[in-house]
Amino acid sequence: MIVQALAFYLFAGILTLSALMVISARNPVHSVLFLILAFFNAAGLFVLLGAEFVGLILVIVYVGAVAVLFLFVVMMLDISFSDLRKGAMQYVPIGLGIGGILLGELMIIYGGWKFAPNMSENLAAPLLRFESSSNTQSLGMILYTDYVLAFQLAGLVLFVAMVGAIVLTHRTRAGVRRQSVAEQQKRRPEDVLEIRKITSRTGV
Amino acid sequence: MTIGLEHYLTLAALLFTIGVFGMFLNRRNVIVILMSVELMLLAVNINFVTFSAYLGDLAGQVFTMFILTVAAAEAAIGLAILVIFFRNKGTIAVDDISSLKG
Repeated sequence: MIVQALAFYLFAGILTLSALMVISARNPVHSVLFLILAFFNAAGLFVLLGAEFVGLILVIVYVGAVAVLFLFVVMMLDISFSDLRKGAMQYVPIGLGIGGILLGELMIIYGGWKFAPNMSENLAAPLLRFESSSNTQSLGMILYTDYVLAFQLAGLVLFVAMVGAIVLTHRTRAGVRRQSVAEQQKRRPEDVLEIRKITSRTGV
Repeated sequence: MTIGLEHYLTLAALLFTIGVFGMFLNRRNVIVILMSVELMLLAVNINFVTFSAYLGDLAGQVFTMFILTVAAAEAAIGLAILVIFFRNKGTIAVDDISSLKG
């Protein structure tokens, strides 16, 4: 029990500190790296909660894909980030105010609630049903049965996002000669070749 | 000192607030704003997994995966828009995104 508490405070502390560094670092590359650290610690918390599959998916998706995407964009764009920080302090008081109100409200909600007495009858997928199987197995068992439509829609969302990102960033450069198969197939000898009879000593 | 539901919920609330505050702190930098959005989504994910674990209901973890999907799609589209905006305007300051005079 004490080990679990120590692990929670370790992960939670590093998570909070690195989240603070994400928003306050001067260099956006450092922000992205702290974001990666934050996601690693969140994955640790998920494992601590017994959700190993989601924790490792978090590492793969966020650290492997999203954070690297951010890193790419930050390094690819030639931006003076110090200019972007000008006048940033102007909005700190209102930000602190709104953040404080939000945190207070969330604390009020979390402080004064409890589970309903009959909540165990209303579970969608009770863990007790999957006592003998691992987390990944039991997730697979409901993901491909009860949630199969939502699962396929998630795939559709990813597909649309992929097509959208490609369409948005694709550009046709001028002056680049590319192969056009249709043009090649349409080409006929009579369009491009002309046979003339040339009498000698006259030229064309 | 057992770690209960409240500990995780407090952590998630703190993380969400940091995300909101990050939007104000980096008001002009779209990249850091997108990262703040990712932090807020992470806070929501922590809430989902916590309730899933303490309620004994697996559905929360399934929804976490859907949120991950949407977050990945959002990051990809957001960064793509950012790249073409930079290509056209040469800047990513939020103040300069005013072509539509909204």
